[in-house]
Amino acid sequence: MRVPHLVCPAGSLQALKKAVDHGADAVYVGFKDPTNARNFAGLNFTDQQLTEGVHYAHQRQREVLVAINTYPQAGQTTHWHRAVDRAADLGADAVIVADMGLLEYATRTHPQLRRHLSVQGSATNADAINLARDHFGISRVVLPRVLTLPQVEYVAAHTKVEVEVFGFGSLCVMAEGRCQLSSWATGESPNTHGVCSPAAHVRWEQTGGTLNARLNGILIDRFAEGEPAGYPTLCKGRFEVSGDTYYALEEPTSLNTLAILPELLRIGVAAIKVEGRQRSPTYTAQVTKVMREAIDAAASSRYAVKPDWTRQLTDVSEGHQQTLGAYHRPWR
Amino acid sequence: MKIALGPLLYYWPRSQVSDFYAAAAHWPVGIIYLGEVVCARRHELRTADWIELAQTLQQAGKTVVLSSQALLESAGDLISLRKLADAGFALEANDPGAVKIAQDAGVPFVAGPHLNIYNGATLDWYAARGATSWVPPVEMPGAALRQLLAERSCSIPTEIFAHGHVPLAFSARCFTARHFDLSKDACEFRCIEHPDGLDVNTRDGRPFLRINGIQTQSAACQSLFSALPELKTSGVDVLRISPQAHFTEEWVRAYAAALAGEAVEPDIATWQPEGIANGYWYGKAGIEHLIGSGAC
Repeated sequence: MRVPHLVCPAGSLQALKKAVDHGADAVYVGFKDPTNARNFAGLNFTDQQLTEGVHYAHQRQREVLVAINTYPQAGQTTHWHRAVDRAADLGADAVIVADMGLLEYATRTHPQLRRHLSVQGSATNADAINLARDHFGISRVVLPRVLTLPQVEYVAAHTKVEVEVFGFGSLCVMAEGRCQLSSWATGESPNTHGVCSPAAHVRWEQTGGTLNARLNGILIDRFAEGEPAGYPTLCKGRFEVSGDTYYALEEPTSLNTLAILPELLRIGVAAIKVEGRQRSPTYTAQVTKVMREAIDAAASSRYAVKPDWTRQLTDVSEGHQQTLGAYHRPWR
Repeated sequence: MKIALGPLLYYWPRSQVSDFYAAAAHWPVGIIYLGEVVCARRHELRTADWIELAQTLQQAGKTVVLSSQALLESAGDLISLRKLADAGFALEANDPGAVKIAQDAGVPFVAGPHLNIYNGATLDWYAARGATSWVPPVEMPGAALRQLLAERSCSIPTEIFAHGHVPLAFSARCFTARHFDLSKDACEFRCIEHPDGLDVNTRDGRPFLRINGIQTQSAACQSLFSALPELKTSGVDVLRISPQAHFTEEWVRAYAAALAGEAVEPDIATWQPEGIANGYWYGKAGIEHLIGSGAC
């Protein structure tokens, strides 16, 4: 059985080193601009940092993947082209791309640079994946977090492209690349600006005992005194529907696949990805360490989830809650 | 500029769908999109029924396009789509997989709003694969559209989502079933009780979103009616009006009259009491409603 690559997030050079040191096979990063879907202030890589990161990883036989996975905006495509050029020139092992025009550019200009189809590319079926394979020779696809385990298996069986799935991290409820809730509320979205519920639009408002979390003035949630207040990601807010006030779309929770790792290995996924380039180097280190141990254990004959792994991952989960998400049919 | 009637995004009883399209055959729309875009469990009309309806509307002089589901997940989804592709009509591809299926079947396709075409090179790529027209992502501002049209090489027509509750997101999860504490697999087809979706309000009572099965829409109706003069000079060829349970005909006729140069005043308070929005077109948050300088 092939042991899938563990692909870990780094929003900084320090996080990249932590990921490599704790057992990641590959680290994914982005530039400090809207070309990547985690375009947050203070995060991501300059050319110099990427050069150093690639050197650090390659010395230890690990890979660096560069996410250029937002959609080039009309009139500004050169900026995205340059990001691909920079990734190639600085020695990245692959680029992770969502846009067809940008994939065409990468294929034409840097044919030797491996191309992965980003989760933002919304390829949820083998036909979509094979379209990108036929035209751009993609070597891997990152599946959106909307498929059940049997559906992942079906997709993997119907394409020769390597399949990468999410193994841990903040859960996107919507099919990635198909969500414009953020721009509806703020004018900026993952596809256009690489952001969801951007921090510049967040306003906290204390009134008496309650704390209001607003996004561009829109009330996303309201917390009672003493209630833990999470970041107001709008799909994880509480709203009123027909008289009921609840998490109408999703609770604040993180995806955790420890329980189904043997199944993912049996299906033959090529890589398991950890979400969280916006998180700290400590998060990257902790999750990488646990996932490394767990994947290696799953590749051996006997596997059981260790309570200590669960505890460690719960500590870094949103709202300290975890879910199998769409892999688990009842979630749907 | 032509008017298109977009695909029905809601789950209506069979008789309501039949009545709606029997009426639409007489409306001033040149193009009608048919088919299930949102959820495979919605089967008041099955694939064969949609194809039969397509033939009827084509005989009534309409250009008919069969729309693909936006989220294609299961083997069954792909089988249904291949049947649609073999029916002899153009497809609206709302998923890259649908592009491949249209190509394999040798049928022309409309690059739908969910294909994420944000720049000229990507539009050219889809045109080279057989797209005969396209719909920009709903969040694309007018200025970006003009820029895109200036940088593209192909010359296929542009259709804009001009009027309706904006389809903003798709999920594996069914939010309607979740609201009723049901699982998606045993949803009791509750969507049929909500012909315009279910309102999602903020806790201070502001209408925000609508849940429509696995789709999340805007609570307000996007209306670019007052932006028509600007749309005409922005390279827009087709206006898409998204079906709603009430007053769709009134809106279609208002748009048609305005395009014909008549002075028309839509009765927004009656036709769209939940309010209208147009922020996306002006490069703002979609939820905003801009007034003045050509805006409502």
